[in-house]
Amino acid sequence: MFFARPASESRRSVTIGAVVRDRCAHERDDADHQVKNDRRTTRRELLKLSPLVLLGGFAVPSIRARLLEAGMAWSDVAASAVFRRSHLAPTFSASDVVPFDQFPYNGYDNLEPAIDFERWSLTVGGAVSHPGRYTLDQIRTLPKVTQNTRHVCVEGWDVIGRFGGARLGDFLDLVGADPQARFIAVSCADDYYESLDVATARQPQSLLCYEMYDQPLDRGHGAPLRLQLPTKLGYKQAKYLMTLEVTHVLPAKRSYWGDQGYSWYGGL
Amino acid sequence: MSRAGIASTQPVYEHPWIVRFSHWTNALAILVLTLSGLQIFDAFPSFGPKIPENDLIEAVPAAVTLGGWLGGALQWHFTFMWIFAAGGVLYVVGQIASGHYRTVMFTGRDVAGVWPMARHYFFFGPKPVQTGQYNPLQKLAYTATILLGALSLSTGMVMFKPAQFSALGLIFGGYHGARLVHFLAMCGLLSFIPGHLIMVAIHGWDNFASIFTGWKRRPDYGLPEDQA
Repeated sequence: MFFARPASESRRSVTIGAVVRDRCAHERDDADHQVKNDRRTTRRELLKLSPLVLLGGFAVPSIRARLLEAGMAWSDVAASAVFRRSHLAPTFSASDVVPFDQFPYNGYDNLEPAIDFERWSLTVGGAVSHPGRYTLDQIRTLPKVTQNTRHVCVEGWDVIGRFGGARLGDFLDLVGADPQARFIAVSCADDYYESLDVATARQPQSLLCYEMYDQPLDRGHGAPLRLQLPTKLGYKQAKYLMTLEVTHVLPAKRSYWGDQGYSWYGGL
Repeated sequence: MSRAGIASTQPVYEHPWIVRFSHWTNALAILVLTLSGLQIFDAFPSFGPKIPENDLIEAVPAAVTLGGWLGGALQWHFTFMWIFAAGGVLYVVGQIASGHYRTVMFTGRDVAGVWPMARHYFFFGPKPVQTGQYNPLQKLAYTATILLGALSLSTGMVMFKPAQFSALGLIFGGYHGARLVHFLAMCGLLSFIPGHLIMVAIHGWDNFASIFTGWKRRPDYGLPEDQA
């Protein structure tokens, strides 16, 4: 027995870290009995570590996938639990904003998908009392918000930029979104798609963004309309918006990157 | 030889269950978090701006990564961060509740003993008389790892939710600063491991077995008479 060592019942009363005194003199006369006790104590101590065996699940591919899925789901639950709609993401002064040409163009595929800008409108559906097509001018009539916020990419880089647009919450009111609805789903002029929790959608810094650096959104940054969400990672902030759906349940296609393994919640 | 320095021949119950349990969860968590963290770092191996991007390394060697790609690595990271946090909390709470922290926490009284111990380890100086389970240098190292672990967790929280934990983020300079401190905290934790493993190798089987069974046979130190 590798872990065998002298043991005696008297040790139960010995305080942690103290030297054990040999108070059971008779045990010295009974070597066999001692070895048995030894093994029993060793076994008992090792048994206390047995929950560690559960971590072995990470070595089994089928179990590992489910454990990691559970870890991601739990992280999303915790993330939405710490989210407070009234808590504003940090905003920055003009001097902290990077020059426009240092704000990265980031896309997964085509930065300039085909869009008929003359006829563009946002098609709104789902749990809303006024479904239909909304033009950029209609969206521009909503109060305009301009903010300098940090854009954080899942890759690890971050950049402070200047954004302008209408509050997504105001737009949801305009279209008469069902207050019981839980999610907003959008699709884009490319085959990108996203969805987000309504709490984030109604956070006052969440924008339907049509301006960057006080200029109309350019094509690479998502013209004519994109999501700008200072409390979400970059991949949640879909560009080239075409449709917006208010829903009670998440669509099967939840998130372009989320469906490939990133966090669906993607909150900051 | 002073009475305090007499090596005991009696076994010592060195590591309570919580210490042993959290030792192994933390060991695994640090391994997984380091490897997946390096894979995550590979997606943007810089602490500077995105434009212009100045990468610190061409590519992180695949051998020291986990997850295969950024999304896979994040899954490992976001799963094991909870195991690491739980192990850390279990350890700290357990140590404080049991009073066992007194054997290992570095305090002002240990300061004078650090140099003699370092001189013994690194410059073949005489071995100072050891009176407790841990010598001052060990206490310094172990206490530092707890602080580095707490630093990893707090900077990790800022990176995970920089908007929600923006107040905590102010300490580290927001998301960007927290990312750098998070990396440095990892370096600090990793720097502990080679010395730790060398010491384990030097001190033999009885010492190694104690992190499984709790008991150390034939400890190479005694306790001061007033504590024995």
